[in-house]
Amino acid sequence: MDVSPYTPELALEVRDLRMRYGSRDVLTGVTFSAHRGEVLALLGPNGAGKTTTIEILEGLRARSAGEVSVLGCDPARGDEAWRARIGVVLQSWRDHRFWRVRELLTYSARFYAPFATAKVARPWEVDELLEVVGLSESAQAKIITLSGGQRRRLDVALGIVGRPEIVFFDEPTAGFDPHARRDFHDLIHRLADFDNTTILLTTHDLDEAEKIADRILVLDEGRIVADGSADQLARQLTNSAEVRWSADGQRHVHAVREGDPAEFVRDLLIRNPNVTGLEVRRASLEDTYMALVHRVESRDPRPGSGKPRESDGQKIEEQK
Amino acid sequence: MTTTTAPDIRWTAVRAGFSRGWIETRQSFTEVANLIGHVAPAAAYVAVLVMLRGRTVPDTDFALGRMVLPSLLSMSIIFGGVSGPTTALVADREDGTLLRAKITPHGMLGYVVGKIVMFALSTLLAFIPIIVLGSLLIDNLVLDVRAGLLLALVLVAGMVSTVPIGIALGCMMKSTVQAMLVPLACALLIYPSGIFYPLSALPTWPQWVGQAFPLYWVGLGARSAMLPSEMVVAEVGQSWRTVEMCAVLGLWAALGLLLAPILLRRVAQRQSGSALAEVRQRYLSKGY
Repeated sequence: MDVSPYTPELALEVRDLRMRYGSRDVLTGVTFSAHRGEVLALLGPNGAGKTTTIEILEGLRARSAGEVSVLGCDPARGDEAWRARIGVVLQSWRDHRFWRVRELLTYSARFYAPFATAKVARPWEVDELLEVVGLSESAQAKIITLSGGQRRRLDVALGIVGRPEIVFFDEPTAGFDPHARRDFHDLIHRLADFDNTTILLTTHDLDEAEKIADRILVLDEGRIVADGSADQLARQLTNSAEVRWSADGQRHVHAVREGDPAEFVRDLLIRNPNVTGLEVRRASLEDTYMALVHRVESRDPRPGSGKPRESDGQKIEEQK
Repeated sequence: MTTTTAPDIRWTAVRAGFSRGWIETRQSFTEVANLIGHVAPAAAYVAVLVMLRGRTVPDTDFALGRMVLPSLLSMSIIFGGVSGPTTALVADREDGTLLRAKITPHGMLGYVVGKIVMFALSTLLAFIPIIVLGSLLIDNLVLDVRAGLLLALVLVAGMVSTVPIGIALGCMMKSTVQAMLVPLACALLIYPSGIFYPLSALPTWPQWVGQAFPLYWVGLGARSAMLPSEMVVAEVGQSWRTVEMCAVLGLWAALGLLLAPILLRRVAQRQSGSALAEVRQRYLSKGY
């Protein structure tokens, strides 16, 4: 990590980003930023607005309101020189099916050569890049014959062939086997650590976000509900705990929504001397995230039914 | 900082576009699925020429095949110039090729250059079987320098006046199914195009419709290149009207070159990952 006392240069800055389709609000004020060389994971259940956010940053979608700056430039007005400095890897590509792997990579690489600078040699040397993404053996293969995982590797290679300063990945490891996933994580670290590349990726997999990201942003119903490292996230999101006990032959459960459960427990023990089998369980980050995903998935899918949420974190029903 | 200037950067993209055109032309001959696109029309042309062998234009001793050959050439120009780009553009939009071009610096420039090179090359290559077979099957076919030069002019004017229109039409079509309407419309225009019956033998209104579209003029140009001068009597106004041909084709070229970049920019603006996902979803649920 950067330990210099100076604020590292921002690669990405988003302030109060809003997006509305017709009468439906998809993003309701998203604010975050990323330093150069930082790996950011945008985590959230399906429909939280991850793809919309990343497409606005990629300059592929016009926003409704808010300020966005990617490498010091508004993506809505990004010119070709700006394009040359960013990399885009989408969820699904089916393009150039009859081309050969090396052929397409060489073709794409050509466009970046004029954008080389004294600091950044562009493009990536094609054979070296094939090696890096693990496609050397398929270099002469026709793209249509690649397996799903190989195709994703090629998409990643095409996304970084211009040695971008920032790369956007939308659900990069969907369909990867564990081995390919490991390779991808190694590649992300290599890009961030050696080339100081800033990386923003979306995922709905908490485990993956914890593994590769320096910082995780949790997006829910169009806004950021938590922002920080996995540890910080656990503290921000999981301020609830469950207290269970038995008394007079009955089992009781109490949810402590906020703050320290110690106070409730002290009070309980003083009031009721018959308490046995006392359990205090703090929700893990995983529990909290699963509850969030579950709430979203079981919600009425009517369009525009996104109701305003309670403060932050989830609710646990109190029962007696 | 870089010292590369803007024109250099564009030139790089144009050169990449040439390589793209070459790669895709080669693919169109090595992929079985694409090869059919070349073989099927060629086979149809052979069939026509074989059937017409030994027959003459009624009341003359002029070989019917010799009369029809320029028509076949002009059809391959129009189909290569209009339907080709239309269907290619729709397919490339739906599979993400266009989006890939958009996220590459000057990628759209490379893409368009690539398409133009590819359609010019494939149309030129489509000429070969027609001319080779024509000279084998048709007696006293004249292919001199004048015919060659005029044919080259017709080919260039035909491509310039049709490829941009084809691209513009491709931008307007919403799906591959809609794009299939374009070759159909081209086929309908064959009737008032004068390439199979002389236009002067048709009622007045189809004559006007025919003369409004490039097919008639490309056909007229091809006939002026390959038919003996006395055949001019069958044409409207008993003239090859080369100047008018250049004017009408020039107008179509201007219209296409005006529309294509605007529509292409609009289409490119709408490209995004979620737009692609929607198309994918449509295919999964409806099958087209």
